[in-house]
Amino acid sequence: MSQRSRSKWLILEETGVLHTSNADAVGDVEGVSGRWELNNFKSKFDVRIVSKTDQEMEFDLIGLDASISNAIRRVMMSEVPSMAVEKVIIMQNSSVIQDEVLAHRLGLLPLKADPKFFQTKVPPPPDSDQIEVNENDSLEFELKIKCSLNPKATKDMTDPDDIYLNHIVKTSDVKWLPIGLQSDMLKPEDVGPVENDVVIAKLRPGHEIDLKMVAWKGVGKDHAKFMPATVWYRLLPEIRLKEKIEGERAYRLQKCFSPGVISVETNEKGVSVAKVSDARYDSNSRNVFFHEDLKNSVEMGKILDHFIFHVESFGAQKPETLVCEAIKIMMSKCTQFLEYL
Amino acid sequence: MSTPNPHAPVDAAKDPMKIPITYICGDCHSENEIKPKDAIRCRECGHRILYKKRTKRASVFDAR
Repeated sequence: MSQRSRSKWLILEETGVLHTSNADAVGDVEGVSGRWELNNFKSKFDVRIVSKTDQEMEFDLIGLDASISNAIRRVMMSEVPSMAVEKVIIMQNSSVIQDEVLAHRLGLLPLKADPKFFQTKVPPPPDSDQIEVNENDSLEFELKIKCSLNPKATKDMTDPDDIYLNHIVKTSDVKWLPIGLQSDMLKPEDVGPVENDVVIAKLRPGHEIDLKMVAWKGVGKDHAKFMPATVWYRLLPEIRLKEKIEGERAYRLQKCFSPGVISVETNEKGVSVAKVSDARYDSNSRNVFFHEDLKNSVEMGKILDHFIFHVESFGAQKPETLVCEAIKIMMSKCTQFLEYL
Repeated sequence: MSTPNPHAPVDAAKDPMKIPITYICGDCHSENEIKPKDAIRCRECGHRILYKKRTKRASVFDAR
């Protein structure tokens, strides 16, 4: 890493951050500021997937400009479509939670439904009570529940779980109502709330909720409930030791950083020597600069063109699909822009 | 409402005198089915104030 050009380094100093601009760091010809070449970019650009599950992914994008990685992040959150409840038709709600608040809560439930199968709905005029549901663009759900006293309860019971029936409304009570051919095209396990144990409301005997919900496709810039994922990135931290740090100083240095960042090894002479083993997960606390005898032996920085992305999907789509969708949307935006030139 | 024709056949489902309506007790919140001319009194606790249930008419809300 030490051969890497100094211009790609952001420096974390005791009282400030230096060299934060990466304007001349990405894709341009070495030494020639502002001259960008595609082949140069291609040879340096790299993607590495670090970890991946059905809901979360961590990956590195190396060798690109902050403007591009920020655009990917923003597009993924605000322009990749997903499904969410948009209209709630309330027939009965005698619970303590108000109709408007209940409708808002239902809107925020993450829904498990692949937006690929649905068209974008033409929104009905505002304040219209007529909702047309179409098998191509909408999903319909029903929530019908009534709380009652548990007839099996004995007098000495005090726990609400024992003395009431249906007193906690959870997402598992939401029932999917297939429209038209949807029952043939979609499987019941592919449609519905992502989690089964989200509490929607709490009831007491006599309280009743009877409503229908209609879910549409939308984008995050319209409402946060349509956000398919949370995405964030950070720059790869780098820690350099300017001299050998031994003995008690080595252990003190280790404590200044996140666990696992600095390792202390005992060499053949029996002396403990500090070594940077993995700066990736350092929190960049800069605690080391509190120690007068250590601060001049350590250099802290970040690699300006190495972005560590985290994608945390809300469950409807896999994180890698979201990244690809975001990039496709960006590409279509670029094509559109080029047509206007 | 107009006075019902006494000679018309009595339809139990339509006769307003025979349809029990559910009310909620103001004290114990239990449900009471009460027909016209019945005593206005909760069957569970004897409370004399009863409330009508909320209408079943649907209202549409934006989930926003």
